[in-house]
Amino acid sequence: MEKMHIKMTVNGKNVDLLTEPRTLLIHALREELGITGPHVGCSSSHCGACTIDMNGMSVKSCSVFAAQADGAEITTIEGLGTPDALHVLQEMFKEHHGLQCGYCTPGMITRAYRLLQENPTPTEEEVRFGIAGNLCRCTGYQNIVKAILEAATKMNEMKESA
Amino acid sequence: MVPGAFSYHRPDTIDGVVSLLGEWGDDARVIAGGHSLIPVMKQRLTDISQLIDLAGVDALKGISIDGDTVTIGAMTTQHELITSGTLHEVAPIIREASLQIADPQVRYVGTIGGNVANGDPANDMPGLMQTIDAKYHLAGPNGERTVAARDFYEAAYFTAREEDEILTSISFVAKKGGYAYEKQKRKIGDYATAAAGVLLSMDDGVCSSASIALTNLSDTPVYCDAAVEVLVGSSVDDNSITKAVKAAVEASDPVADTRGPVDFKKYVAGVIVKRAIQSAKTRV
Repeated sequence: MEKMHIKMTVNGKNVDLLTEPRTLLIHALREELGITGPHVGCSSSHCGACTIDMNGMSVKSCSVFAAQADGAEITTIEGLGTPDALHVLQEMFKEHHGLQCGYCTPGMITRAYRLLQENPTPTEEEVRFGIAGNLCRCTGYQNIVKAILEAATKMNEMKESA
Repeated sequence: MVPGAFSYHRPDTIDGVVSLLGEWGDDARVIAGGHSLIPVMKQRLTDISQLIDLAGVDALKGISIDGDTVTIGAMTTQHELITSGTLHEVAPIIREASLQIADPQVRYVGTIGGNVANGDPANDMPGLMQTIDAKYHLAGPNGERTVAARDFYEAAYFTAREEDEILTSISFVAKKGGYAYEKQKRKIGDYATAAAGVLLSMDDGVCSSASIALTNLSDTPVYCDAAVEVLVGSSVDDNSITKAVKAAVEASDPVADTRGPVDFKKYVAGVIVKRAIQSAKTRV
């Protein structure tokens, strides 16, 4: 089948990708662009390990064709922070042991990022419902929820002092 | 899991979509949010050579409210339904039901059109559309036509929509009064073991109109005429609720699956319908 050009902005960079229409976005990101933060988990839209931010929405990139992302603005965990300058959410996940094996973490943090953009002062319940599309088999979620709530507080403090 | 190869189209008008469907027939499928279609394509349970993305068709998007008449474009996402303040003011049952569909990520891309047109009895919107007595607007090579949601579903995945038609919007007249959409599911993201939508209007302590419909309790959504008849004219007291619940459960026809055996599902249906009527009554 004929390949097609797909133009996207990924983590602030313009990319032009030549790929088959059937290529799933997660594979385009990982295998063609080398962006391996989003993980392949269930590959059936349940687990959320492949969560990315696309046009201001949290999206499971295993269930979107790259072709559908033509023209899209995408942020992955790589676009949120770097090893030298972690995002507040990454700092708080570290601080509160919001991860054990770490497989769900990039998706979890990318989802939490959008949740806090939409609701900067969530209750614990709102955090739990907000991350309901991301499964974690290690932590039991307690420390993830703690980390997100603490990140919300810190992000609000930063906004106030700015 | 990678689907078979296909050609990708992104037309920007309804006519463009209809013309592609006419050209490719059975080989073509339209894609909205894709969270029902893509998993099926990945498992290679369907053989599509032409995929028509509706994302570029602006005419399929948006919510418009004119008095008490609400029109919702087929490509409107569940997230947009949930976050629309004006929609919530006239028809709060839509947000209540939408919040119980799948999970946040799926709701960002999942559309009302995909949810109602797919014909999957497990989807919540078809049952909700029975409850609010919605009309579906279809476009095809012979122009537009309207089908009542209550006449649309024939069997699982079989609907009144012809192969060369697409659903363009849904519309309904918003009713004042109590409402509820109650759903029992095993976990977030799961389909309903049983779900029910209820609308209820009371006049001087007497039920003046009602609507009751069920999700995932038959191979189509079920509008419960008999249960509605019991409620209308009653005071919606415990006795009439019990009778209405019995009538609704009798209208259900669930099959045994991983969510449980038939008797269990009917039991849960009874609990959910009762809860929905009671909740609607408190909001009249």
